[in-house]
Amino acid sequence: MILLLALAFSISAKDTPDDGGGSITVNVYNIPEGTARIELSRLEKGDMLYKEAGLIPIFKGECDDASVVDGIGYLYRGKAIAKDTFYIAEMEGFVTSSPQWFNKSRITVLIFLILFGSVVLTYIQLAKKNPEGLFIRKLPALDAIDEAVGRSTEMGKPVLFVPGLEGITDAGTLASLTILEMVGKKVAEYGSRVIHPNFDPIVMTTAQETLKTAFAEAGRPDAFNKDDVFYLTYEQFGFAAGVDGIMLRERPGAIFLQGYFYAESLILAETGYSIGAIQIAGTNATTQLPFFVAACDYVLLGEEMFAASAYISREPRLLGSIKGSDLAKVVLLFMIGAGVIFGTIAGIAKQGGNPTYMQIFNKMLEFLAKGAK
Amino acid sequence: MKKRVPLVITFVTGFIVIISFFIPHRPFGPLETDTLIWYSIILGFTLLIGVDSLVRLHVRQMRRRKEGWWYSIVFFTGFFYCLVIGIISIMRTPNPFQPGTIFFYGYKTILIPLQSTMFALLAFFVASASYRAFRARTLEATLLLIAAVIVMIGRVPAGYKLWTRLPGIANWVFNVLQMGAMRGIMIGVALGAVAMSLRLILGIERTYLS
Repeated sequence: MILLLALAFSISAKDTPDDGGGSITVNVYNIPEGTARIELSRLEKGDMLYKEAGLIPIFKGECDDASVVDGIGYLYRGKAIAKDTFYIAEMEGFVTSSPQWFNKSRITVLIFLILFGSVVLTYIQLAKKNPEGLFIRKLPALDAIDEAVGRSTEMGKPVLFVPGLEGITDAGTLASLTILEMVGKKVAEYGSRVIHPNFDPIVMTTAQETLKTAFAEAGRPDAFNKDDVFYLTYEQFGFAAGVDGIMLRERPGAIFLQGYFYAESLILAETGYSIGAIQIAGTNATTQLPFFVAACDYVLLGEEMFAASAYISREPRLLGSIKGSDLAKVVLLFMIGAGVIFGTIAGIAKQGGNPTYMQIFNKMLEFLAKGAK
Repeated sequence: MKKRVPLVITFVTGFIVIISFFIPHRPFGPLETDTLIWYSIILGFTLLIGVDSLVRLHVRQMRRRKEGWWYSIVFFTGFFYCLVIGIISIMRTPNPFQPGTIFFYGYKTILIPLQSTMFALLAFFVASASYRAFRARTLEATLLLIAAVIVMIGRVPAGYKLWTRLPGIANWVFNVLQMGAMRGIMIGVALGAVAMSLRLILGIERTYLS
């Protein structure tokens, strides 16, 4: 009897957790064999008839009904339709949806953010008190900017700066603007020219302002030509073709590929190589880094891009934030190391017949992976 | 004032977006989506600025008869083709990308082949870049060459024919050695991006203000 009850096709519903309301999660259990589809219908409190509420995917046995109104009770019914027959599962009590004030699944992110933010802020404060005690290692790619712009000027060629294919909301694009300012100052000092084709019009307008300020700060506001910062296209390979064309026609002496790139990275870098330009690349797109390493003279690897402003300005508060993130990296390194050791011990213990450590290890992994959703 | 107002806007916006990540309740929950919608609207308008910039550039090139100025004729042909055909298609059907429309025909027969051609160039560029990167001049380059040869041969049927264990070794190089290094860089990028975002929100990083 118990076995028969356990195998009966059934349905349950609950308020979708960690959401802004307006959604109920419906689950069906013990889906009968041969079911072709499961139709979901719901009865609103006070109504007399069930209304269609969509289909429940059979492989999942779960769906979110996002068309409900908060505070109103709903009763759900699932209809599993097989070839010649159908099965009905009904709920007993009404369920209501409501918004939550805190997304519990993101607790790990919050903990990390508070810890990381505190470390960074602490180091910023320490840096303000003791600016002499901060060291930042040499970044050859940034040191080479002077050489690249100088060489380009000597050859009587312009400098080409490509800010990647992401919008202004990308951290890599913002970091590229910092480097653009430095390049702009050097270009203005040497009396050269910088060409700046853009994929995103918002980045274009920001880059125009950045270069204008850089030229003004270098004492050459008259040398800035707004028309050298222009828009190309919003098509990935159209942009690559356009920049390649500029490289082949204008023959820049130095090329800066700074920002977030996709598959076009190697097309750009190889064309730059073919014209003999000195190339300084930098990207936070980890998948494109190998291409830049293979084809460019200097590369800013991921996080080095974000350190550019601190490296250039040597401003204590910026250096402090770099040191703070370095400390977070050390902590993470130790956490990974401890995780590897504990995981290995748990694996050995499990093989020896003691699964407790592995259960603890899995719980820890589950907790840490929560924020990745 | 010119700098303080944008700094305040950045701080308030950044703080609200962080809060909305943890609080799904209204009015915070939908804010992230709302701001993305606002960004799209702004982007729509700035595209007009972009088009203006592009048209001016080509007009100037044609006027000055700069080298390759006739490419600008190709640009204007494509530009007006898209504009006119796009408007006609929108007048006829709500979605110009619907198969059967004249706009979609142009998209399918001109733009997609052109994009595919550019993408196909990548194969040749990979070959030339690999040739330079894999020259065994140093110990590191030699290790790179060995790893690349194992991965490349291990990924094709010929590799299996040569040695049945080669695909397994290639997968190990790819999933363990490569992945370890890649994840290290990814952690660095993520931490760097968070630190930079904090600097921006707190007004320490001000380059974008210019």
